[in-house]
Amino acid sequence: MFRYAVARLLGAIPTLFALVTIAFFLVRLAPGGPFDDERQLPPEIEANLQRAYNLDAPLTSQYLRYLGDLARGDLGPSFKYKDYSVAELIATGLPATLRIGLSALVVAVLAGVFCGAVAALRRNGWVDRVVMTLAMTGIAIPNFVVAPALTLLLGVYLRLLPVGGWGDGAFRFLILPVVALALPKIAYVARLTRGSLAEVLGSPYIRTARAKGLRGTTILVRHAARAALLPVVSYLGPTAAALLTGSVVIEQIFGIPGLGRYFVQGALNRDYTLVLGIVLFYGTLIILLNLLADLAYGWLDPRVRYD
Amino acid sequence: MAGWIRGCAMTDAVLPRSPGGRAWARLRRNPTAVAAMIVLGVIAGLCIVGPWVIPHSYDAVSWENILTAPDWSSGHWFGTDPNGRDLLARTLVGGRISLMVGLVASLVSLVIGVSWGAVAGYTGGRVDGVMMRIVDILYALPFMFFVILLMVYFGRNIVLIFVAIGAVEWLTMARIVRGQTLSLKRREFIEAARAIGVPGLTIVRRHIVPNVAGPVIVFLTLTIPEVMLIESFISFLGLGVQEPMTSWGVLISEGAQNIEEAPWLLAFPGTCLALTLLCLNLLGDALRDALDPRDGR
Repeated sequence: MFRYAVARLLGAIPTLFALVTIAFFLVRLAPGGPFDDERQLPPEIEANLQRAYNLDAPLTSQYLRYLGDLARGDLGPSFKYKDYSVAELIATGLPATLRIGLSALVVAVLAGVFCGAVAALRRNGWVDRVVMTLAMTGIAIPNFVVAPALTLLLGVYLRLLPVGGWGDGAFRFLILPVVALALPKIAYVARLTRGSLAEVLGSPYIRTARAKGLRGTTILVRHAARAALLPVVSYLGPTAAALLTGSVVIEQIFGIPGLGRYFVQGALNRDYTLVLGIVLFYGTLIILLNLLADLAYGWLDPRVRYD
Repeated sequence: MAGWIRGCAMTDAVLPRSPGGRAWARLRRNPTAVAAMIVLGVIAGLCIVGPWVIPHSYDAVSWENILTAPDWSSGHWFGTDPNGRDLLARTLVGGRISLMVGLVASLVSLVIGVSWGAVAGYTGGRVDGVMMRIVDILYALPFMFFVILLMVYFGRNIVLIFVAIGAVEWLTMARIVRGQTLSLKRREFIEAARAIGVPGLTIVRRHIVPNVAGPVIVFLTLTIPEVMLIESFISFLGLGVQEPMTSWGVLISEGAQNIEEAPWLLAFPGTCLALTLLCLNLLGDALRDALDPRDGR
């Protein structure tokens, strides 16, 4: 397993390389630049700025230089947020993004597994029908529709929760963004759990357990849960990635000072280094999360062999 | 086999012989699928025909009618937006764009994915290895960010939306098609075709591609809602379709900004988008069941 993990990490190197390369040239070949403001700069000053940020060098040499800086762990300075390095900006935005992302992940898995399990245990009953219909609807409604609707209902009409803002991450401010982010994923996890648990419950070894006279809960927790949760575990990596991406919109809606906002702002301002830094950061995170999910899968499923 | 057994139990109809026909017959007996198809047909029909029929134009600004609530008598059945434009007209026109993006971008992903997967699977060996390694690498990239970057840098061009989303969504299709191709490649009829000297590309085109149609159609049905979701996500961020042209994502974004004064601005386009996505998902699921007779669920 350790060797497998190392092999996977080594395998991520070409992926990261492709990521840097595509992102770098995509960002740089685009029209416009970080210093195109409404206010025209005198050409000498603009030339000086370009030189200061090494933007006057040929693109390939800038690329090689960026790679070199990257190898030393330096993401460079931001073009728009003066006196801040990209690493500092990421460090500023990361806590909020991670906080809502991780909370949404936990909520999605817990609520999704619970609903799915209830549906599977009452298969084809009315509970099952209701849960599955809700789940299908939950998948279909995008979170940027759910978020404003929930805000209107709980924030404006009922005045239960703040409509936006961050409030230094206080619990009350977290509820709406996390729920909006988690809802479609709850639905998806519920469907996955229901499908796999229903299949597992029909398998011979569960019948054996039942024939032995084990109690229902014991069968469920000890025997069925492990096998039934496998698809959920393998879905965790992509879910985490999707939650991170989805939080771009959620951060925008609720005015949360996270990475997603820096990204969109950076892209609009042609803040090359900031955009590149965030894309790289996300890419690395997604690769790591996928690796973790795969390792967890192997740990849960003894049939998986690493060779 | 199971399909055949189930066919025997049926008394009301003779089962068609071809696999496609059998799947279609099964699909037609699934009430959810039929309902989904009808709803989709109605939505698409309204979006295509509607803008010509209704009295208001989607881009006619009217200062007398700013943010009026839905009203039967004035003809603004869905109300009006902050510029006094008729929301019904805008929803229908936006629906055209959203549906078109969904279809065209999915077709782009279909063409790239099927050709890539079929060529990789059929050629095999080192070519296959390299091609699928490329897919693996691209898979791990945070593509939503690339789409956002593309939209920001190269302007809000609708053709670019098609290409950008299509270029993102073909990866899974390529994997599915390659898997199918690998198993098809060993079959006798392919061997026979090769034995009589049919060139490789022709085999791929005439024999491989038609035979992977089943899974591909299912996946295509599920790609369309995904693509529409990406488009509205981008439009929501203000990076998609440009005013006065609109899409459901743009309308939802406007609705979210005016939610306190004018909740209908979110309600109508949001419902349309959600309903369309729901129906496409249901249809995709039903198609998968119809094409896979082993699955008794």
